[in-house]
Amino acid sequence: MSLAKSPWIIHVNVNSCNGCDIEVVACLTPLYDAERFGVLNIGTPKQADIMVVTGSVNYKSVNVLKNIYNQIPDPKVVLAVGACASTGGIFHDCYNVIGGVDQVIPVDAYVPGCCPRPEAILDGVVAALSILEEKKKGNIKGKEVKLKGNEVPSNA
Amino acid sequence: MTTVIPFGPQHPVLPEPVSLKLEIDNDVVVGVLPSLGYVHRGLEKFIDTKDYNQTMYICERICGICSGIHGITYSRAVEKLFDVEVPERAQYLRVINSELCRIHSHLLWLGLFADGFGFESLFYECWKYREDVLDLLERFTGNRVIHSMSKVGGASRDLTKEQIDQILKTLDDLEPKVKNIEKVFVNNYTVKKRLVGLGVMSKQLAYEAGTAGPTLRGSGNAIDVRNTADWDIYRDLGFKPAVAKEGDCYGRTKVRIDEIYESIKLVRNAISKLPNGEIETRVKGFPTGEAVMRAEQPRGEVVYYVKGKGTKNLERLKVRTPTFANIPSLLLMLPGVKLADVPIVVLTIDPCISCTER
Repeated sequence: MSLAKSPWIIHVNVNSCNGCDIEVVACLTPLYDAERFGVLNIGTPKQADIMVVTGSVNYKSVNVLKNIYNQIPDPKVVLAVGACASTGGIFHDCYNVIGGVDQVIPVDAYVPGCCPRPEAILDGVVAALSILEEKKKGNIKGKEVKLKGNEVPSNA
Repeated sequence: MTTVIPFGPQHPVLPEPVSLKLEIDNDVVVGVLPSLGYVHRGLEKFIDTKDYNQTMYICERICGICSGIHGITYSRAVEKLFDVEVPERAQYLRVINSELCRIHSHLLWLGLFADGFGFESLFYECWKYREDVLDLLERFTGNRVIHSMSKVGGASRDLTKEQIDQILKTLDDLEPKVKNIEKVFVNNYTVKKRLVGLGVMSKQLAYEAGTAGPTLRGSGNAIDVRNTADWDIYRDLGFKPAVAKEGDCYGRTKVRIDEIYESIKLVRNAISKLPNGEIETRVKGFPTGEAVMRAEQPRGEVVYYVKGKGTKNLERLKVRTPTFANIPSLLLMLPGVKLADVPIVVLTIDPCISCTER
């Protein structure tokens, strides 16, 4: 019960331009106030339920992302915020960019936009909540993502 | 015996991934080794495939916090290549956008900084006031964060009479609110206890280390590109750089608060002098030659270098961002600081990692 009423989120910036990050933080501040949904931003992945990822993944941050994902206990939900996190966005062609977050870890909900408005991010968090509830019932486990060594860009 | 403690890349205080390896001896930092590259996208190479008008949108996405000023500086650099004169109204619109960006960036930083030393209510207070400025920017440019107000040859949006009234009214309301939070940052006993005498850089050292922006001015150097570069508008508007003598975290905080007042003054002056007329000059042809453009971002001086080869895309774009200049100063400030104070010192240079790594 407490999981659905008070989910704790961890905010992970993998390769973002800061635009989505400041909007994610703006969600938590008085005007948009995500805390009325019981949402609390937490520093450590071991206490988190929802992982909010901003930015496309690059070859250096990919292991950080996998590492944090593996540390979050089940059931967990991943929310990709912004065009970059969803598909790679404007940067999808860059030599150091792998692509959207779903290339690396399973993503449950997407919030499009560059940058998405705080209302849209809140909507995504609420959508993630219902997915979290489903996962809890079905007892679905998150996929263990294997860490590789330093991945070398294929086109480098 | 020293211990090595990793700080970042994922850290509760930092919204962005930067990794510092801290060498600790009895809770006191003795050595720092920064490791960068978590936000590197490769934008300077990426512009090979875009034409010079599209590159403006790439430049705005170098950093989401100072995006407006990135776009404006890039536009001015390319205009220098073409040697076109931008209409005066467009230049004033750019100044208004830049200064509103600066107010929102400084309020954002003050909030994150308060959060960094554990003053949560002050953090919420700053971000609540920041929303007023974001509303203005949204009315003016159509978006809260990425503005795309500037383009090569002028401005893409004009201000209407109602928008100008709205800006003036909001700034009148904002000023007493900033005074309220200034009282806490400058006079509060607990805040001063955390900030005074922490991360000290002398005037000479800050200058020699090549720091930029409030880090430089917080040590008593009155150097601001708005005052020294070849953009006359700021001098016409009566700009004065904000300086603090302390050289510690407290001084750098005071500089940023003073800059909010200075920016409010500049927006008011720019609106009172706003000339009528066109907002855009048509730019034709392809860029050739090379040009350098400097501007003052909320975090310090940004330098744009552009080189054209007579085709629709630029041959080279090089950006030198303020945090790149400020990170070496961390290596000077952090030794001798306690581990618990490291986040505060790191935050006072206002690190913008996505700017630095692009």
